Amino acid sequence: MLSELRTIWEVLKHTFTKAETVQYPEEMPYLSPRYRGRIVLTRDPDGEERCVACNLCAAVCPVDCIALQKDTREDGTWYPEFFRINFSRCIMCGMCEEACPTYAIQLTPDFEMCEYDRQNMVYEKEHLLINGVGKYPDYNFYRVSGMQTATKDKGEAQNEARPIDTKSLLP
Amino acid sequence: MPTIYIDGQALEVAQGENILEACLNAGMDLPYFCWHPAMGSIGSCRQCALVQYQNEEDTRGRIVMGCMTPVTEGARFSLNAENATEFRSAVVESLMLNHPHDCPVCGEGGECHLQDMTVMVGHRDRRYTGKKNTHRNQYLGPLIHHEMNRCITCYRCERYYRDYAGGKDLGAQASHDHVYFGRHEEGVLQSEFSGNLVEVCPTGVFTDKPFLKHYSRKWDLQSAPSICSGCAVGCNIAPGERYGKLKRVHNRYNHEVNGYFLCDRGRFGSGYINSDARLDYAGIKKPDGSFMAVHQQQAIDTAASWIKHKKIAGIGSPRASLEANYLLRELVGAANFVAGFSDSEAEIMGTIVRSLKNTTASNPSIKQMEAADAILILGEDVTNTAPRVALGLRQSVRNKAFELAEQMGLPPWQDAAIRNLAQDQRSPMIIVSAMDTRLDDVASRCVSLAADDIASFGYAVAEVLAGGKTEDMAVNEAAEILLGAKNPLIISGSSMSHAGIVNGAVAVAEALGSQSKPAMLSLCVAESNSLGLALLVDSGLKTKPLSISKLAKKSSKLDTLIILENDLERRASNTDIELLVKAAAKIVSMDILENSTLNNSDLVLPAASYAESQGTLVSSEGRAQRYFPVYQPAAERLPSWQWLLQLADACEHKTLSELEHFDQVVSACAASQPLFTTLVDVAPMRDYRSQGQKIPRQTHRYSGRTAMNAGVSVHEPQQPEDTESPLAFSMEGLNRDEAASLIPFVWSPGWNSNQSLQKFQAEVDGPLKGGTAGVRIIQSTGLGALQSSEPAEQILKSHQWHLVPVHQVHGSEEMSANTDEIAELAGPAFIAIGQKVAEKLGVTEGDGLIVTQGKTDISLQVKILSRVAKNCVGFSAGYSETLELTAGSLVSLIKDQQWVRPTSQMIATDKRTGTQGGSAHV
Ligand code: SF4
Ligand code: SF4
Ligand code: SF4
Ligand code: SF4
Ligand code: FES
Repeated sequence: MLSELRTIWEVLKHTFTKAETVQYPEEMPYLSPRYRGRIVLTRDPDGEERCVACNLCAAVCPVDCIALQKDTREDGTWYPEFFRINFSRCIMCGMCEEACPTYAIQLTPDFEMCEYDRQNMVYEKEHLLINGVGKYPDYNFYRVSGMQTATKDKGEAQNEARPIDTKSLLP
Repeated sequence: MPTIYIDGQALEVAQGENILEACLNAGMDLPYFCWHPAMGSIGSCRQCALVQYQNEEDTRGRIVMGCMTPVTEGARFSLNAENATEFRSAVVESLMLNHPHDCPVCGEGGECHLQDMTVMVGHRDRRYTGKKNTHRNQYLGPLIHHEMNRCITCYRCERYYRDYAGGKDLGAQASHDHVYFGRHEEGVLQSEFSGNLVEVCPTGVFTDKPFLKHYSRKWDLQSAPSICSGCAVGCNIAPGERYGKLKRVHNRYNHEVNGYFLCDRGRFGSGYINSDARLDYAGIKKPDGSFMAVHQQQAIDTAASWIKHKKIAGIGSPRASLEANYLLRELVGAANFVAGFSDSEAEIMGTIVRSLKNTTASNPSIKQMEAADAILILGEDVTNTAPRVALGLRQSVRNKAFELAEQMGLPPWQDAAIRNLAQDQRSPMIIVSAMDTRLDDVASRCVSLAADDIASFGYAVAEVLAGGKTEDMAVNEAAEILLGAKNPLIISGSSMSHAGIVNGAVAVAEALGSQSKPAMLSLCVAESNSLGLALLVDSGLKTKPLSISKLAKKSSKLDTLIILENDLERRASNTDIELLVKAAAKIVSMDILENSTLNNSDLVLPAASYAESQGTLVSSEGRAQRYFPVYQPAAERLPSWQWLLQLADACEHKTLSELEHFDQVVSACAASQPLFTTLVDVAPMRDYRSQGQKIPRQTHRYSGRTAMNAGVSVHEPQQPEDTESPLAFSMEGLNRDEAASLIPFVWSPGWNSNQSLQKFQAEVDGPLKGGTAGVRIIQSTGLGALQSSEPAEQILKSHQWHLVPVHQVHGSEEMSANTDEIAELAGPAFIAIGQKVAEKLGVTEGDGLIVTQGKTDISLQVKILSRVAKNCVGFSAGYSETLELTAGSLVSLIKDQQWVRPTSQMIATDKRTGTQGGSAHV
């Protein structure tokens, strides 16, 4: 008896407190940038596609929902010929982002991905690629990597010395 | 067997081993870089360090290199002592000082020995803040990609390329931390075995260039145990597929055959499988000559209506599986079955089969050939006709060095010491050939003779061995080295299209046998299943097997001709082909790539390549080996054996329509003749299970399974089921310690690179835990194989030359020549002459010569060789331009005045681009 009365009292009391629920979708909740929602592929600060098609995200993905194929640009740099995420399988675990050595793949706070047709949950590169750097503004993998690119000669990457002249006897 | 102690644990080890081998044999993980099971130790990388203690009381010990320390009774070591682990980790850290930040864009990533060893020693954070050394890359040809920054100076590449494979154009340059591994200048690597650099280099300096173009990580490749179809050596390979494309071919270890290495034809020659020229659907020829695509069933029904109750004949193929050839023979009846060899090849194959069945000599595996201490080669340029054998022969000539080492008490793995000791001393090898061979540089004597004279040379040696006498120094020398040897080896084969040469070689082997000196006799044959096919047709029939030309003559009475994977243009004369096409009312043919024979057919059936089907091939060693499909054939392609089985079924064939599965075909084929009984043991049957499951073709980390097909439909299809083999198109199951014929890839925890192979070997450099793949099916009667007399001499007019076929690793083999990279290396067809003849004709290298053989005139580019037998000229064998030239025929030559010299020629010149580095190095 006593507990029932107490319950009624508690309920009545809440009638006068501020509501926690919001009128979604009219009112959008705040989600921090590191929230794990819809995945994007970002670009480096120079506006180039960041993904180098290393396949690490695909390997680490616990539900195997990333598939891609490496291709090569004229200057020898790698990029994905196609890049596909099957969001109907994705569990938004964020492991792909953690594995990515180039900051290309990033999860965003967008979680609104409902579709009537499951096929529409399959995103290709053109759906994934955004025109921005995402959470990591500065990083450009090819400025660090030792690989020669169209704009960077051997020895011009971060912390690199000039290429060695093998014919020279100088130390 | 000495006992050693490692971290207190007593180990019984084999006498003569080093500690590194002992540790690996005991299943311990001791990191290493420079040591290689086939190349021994040089102690240069300092990675395999452990601590050795003086005695039980000694607690400090001293660091020693595992690969340089022989096992001794009672020796005490520690792998886990702190100074040892610290030392090993420091070595990796120092190797990493200059290592670029490349793993994500490196073709070695995920199967990199450096990655594995770095994780193994626990090195993680970079402490050094100085700048990294950098290097410029070189263009090394279409096969090998160079990224020199990734080098850890282990010297394996140099030791493999120069010391092991006899290459001359790759080596170490500069000194201290400037050391560079490359060519003296950019250019195509000249060795036929350059591809092994990809597997030998523990990092990503040398990677597979064609693979890089459509790269996938090792963990994403679906692989199956397979057999190279590039030649008759039968190397074991592990092709990998992803997204329906054959991505690359890796070596698959076979202790007796290829060991750790392949030739470049085998590694890079499968690109044709992804070619657009492949057929997807069956086609029926319309009256206007074009083809109408039809579905499988319609094709089968049409073919059946042409076959049933009709007069039919079949032409088999030396590059199709034993099963497919067997089925065709049963379908058309043995009397109507033509093997599909050219007439001259059929004769030689008959000779070879009869010799192998009766000889007193043994037919050696490559491993056995490596033990030879005297070699006589008659008429073969082994490097170009049986490439992997030549790599083995380069090791045989080192037996002299090992003999010297033994006298000095040096263990065989002391590589640098032994090479220093022996210098240029080699076991004797005499090469008797019409022209240069690629083994001339290690031969003790080269003799240049025309085909007939090579045969006579063989007979002369046999005579001297039997006690005869001759003035000929070379003949005497050959007899002497063979008699003085412990393991004499005689090599010959079919490449000169001259049965006399084979008979000459057999005569030598028999003569040695009758001196109670058992010899090894290895006879090279042309194609992956030449020997299997020859064995198939040699049996059962008392009469001589039907030849293509005989069939052409009687073909007017034919209703339907069935051709199995055979481009007749390569094996029959134009007149015979015309006769056949005109006479046979209907021609049904199946093949992998489009070719002239398919165009001449009324019904074409798209056949699956070796990577999409299974079958048995018999190598020149007489080893029957099974290949399994790596992936399922696309569209409506079917393996030939399935086409034939369905045809037989549709025709209600008496015996064949009982068969349904591949295993049943194997059993039927095995029952067809005594020699084939062991075919059923070549590989486990389809009901084989390991721990209740099939063997997985995919790695346990195979990625993208729920996304790869999602572009087409989000509803994931069921994994395709393989009803015909013990392998599954799946990642479920166990790939450990299986029968050697069933290992699709090697991987072991912590060992992602191909170095994980040692976990699959019963002992370091020994056979696999599951034995050795393949079954040797030829048991010789040992009665002796002497036959036929010496060939008659041909009379030459002046200005006439004997045509000698010159085989090329790249270009001479039918299928691989359709691969872009191989075609690029093959270059144009050529006529090979000596310097003297060139002067007489007024031509230099790169000019044109008109070659006249009977009524045919062909203009060919001149290639000048250093060693050519009198009255001989060579032509590029197997090139489409020279198919009309016949080995042994007489030709005349004149300079082609209209010839336009090719502008920059890739093979002839060294450089492709003027710039160093740069965008060419993709
Ligand atoms: S968030 Fe997790 S499940 Fe989704 S793609 Fe990335 S790794 Fe795969
Ligand atoms: S891990 Fe990053 S760089 Fe690598 S394939 Fe995935 S998105 Fe691209
Ligand atoms: S290129 Fe490779 S094999 Fe050669 S020394 Fe460097 S790391 Fe070793
Ligand atoms: S030697 Fe012959 S079987 Fe071996 S890899 Fe080369 S082509 Fe293939
Ligand atoms: S493996 Fe022993 S020093 Fe390199």
